[in-house]
Amino acid sequence: MTAQATPISAPSAPAEVIHPLWVRITHWINALAMAVMIGSGWEIYNASPLFPFAFPRSITLGGWLAGALLWHFAAMWVLAVNGLVYVVLGIATGRFRRKLLPIRPRDVAADVKAALTGRLAHDDLAVYNAVQRLLYLGVIVAAVVIVLSGLSIWKPIQLQELTALFGGYDAARYVHFFAMAAIAGFIVIHVVMAFVVPKSLRAMITGR
Amino acid sequence: MPRLRNPIPGVDPSLLIKDAARHLPDPTRRLFLRGGLSLGALTLLTGCDIIDGPSAERVLMKISYFNDAAQGFLFNLNRMAPTYPDSAVTRPFPFNAYYPENEAPEVDKDDYALEVGGLVDNKDSWTLDQLYALPQETQITRHVCVEGWSAIGKWTGVRFSEFLRRIGADTRAKYVWFRCAEGYSTSIDMATALHPQTQMTFKFDGETLPRKYGFPMKIRMPTKLGFKNPKHVMELAVINNWNPGYWEEQGYNWFSGL
Repeated sequence: MTAQATPISAPSAPAEVIHPLWVRITHWINALAMAVMIGSGWEIYNASPLFPFAFPRSITLGGWLAGALLWHFAAMWVLAVNGLVYVVLGIATGRFRRKLLPIRPRDVAADVKAALTGRLAHDDLAVYNAVQRLLYLGVIVAAVVIVLSGLSIWKPIQLQELTALFGGYDAARYVHFFAMAAIAGFIVIHVVMAFVVPKSLRAMITGR
Repeated sequence: MPRLRNPIPGVDPSLLIKDAARHLPDPTRRLFLRGGLSLGALTLLTGCDIIDGPSAERVLMKISYFNDAAQGFLFNLNRMAPTYPDSAVTRPFPFNAYYPENEAPEVDKDDYALEVGGLVDNKDSWTLDQLYALPQETQITRHVCVEGWSAIGKWTGVRFSEFLRRIGADTRAKYVWFRCAEGYSTSIDMATALHPQTQMTFKFDGETLPRKYGFPMKIRMPTKLGFKNPKHVMELAVINNWNPGYWEEQGYNWFSGL
């Protein structure tokens, strides 16, 4: 680089990589797998609803129960393998510790307040604010819970200790549902924020 | 459709075809992903319609066969389904079928003769009295429906492995196939057939198996989803040929183990 003056808005050097390639790849594979799992899961839910409502056909995947089950039990492999790679790399590279910790209740309260009054800055994409940390860590926990409760519904005899951990087969269905609800709620906020802060979406595609 | 390619030993093929033809799934239903996808985001991501239609269906069925193998691998012959006290039995126990309760098949107990075929030493049929004379035991286990709900029931009958032993079944064969009074059929892996809790059932909750639950005989397998537990069983065969069954041919996973 020369000493030549640079325009104020453009960075003088290539920006630092915020999201390494493995994060971006696992993120988008996960996005696709989650969409399939949730869409087909809603159709499966409709076959025997836990609550007095059903999901509209127009937003479910599979057409009927058998089709939805085929999608669900196909995408589960993608979700599980991809998720395992993500969690192992997240821990091994120290990314989780660096990006998501610590989470202090006081910071969360302050950042929630700032967010609600429209004063929460997103100027440095490389550093997550306390609300982001809480939500990102929370959705990882929800994903682990949804996989484990899903396994205990799928194999309540072969994996009966796991099923018992969730309070039995019927209770595990509720856990599975609420974990889905938590993840769906996260996705709504996450997608809205990606549009509010478009450079964060760009960073998840190009890395910068 | 490949489903009638392999005739079953001991089964009259013409009868089988006649029977099967009556119960072939509605052709529109075969394409079970029909109108299945409106997830706009997903369509956008893939940018085409491969997620709907025959090519997707082929891939999904391949994965379903892979899942059969994975579940066969996970299945442990010595792993028992949890059992429950009598007080846990769901009363009344739900009725569930692809026909309404008043259309459940009526089987005459005096005419009944269980046909046995395939890779067995003795193909004699069995009257109800002969079956009732077999040693019986009772299990209180959870019935899990593919729809998601579950209920606890109390079933009494003979261990299926004991019956297989008495007919001299070749237990190295791959499958046991069942045909039911109304034309329903299903098939199971030999490992599940030999599981100690797989039962040839004659009683429900202490009473003779009622018509709605499969009179005169059903096969109870707590290790498989409900639709794999055939009711009103008229015929069974020990086979090596792939002959999945009524719901399986419409896209439901064949192994469907729990």
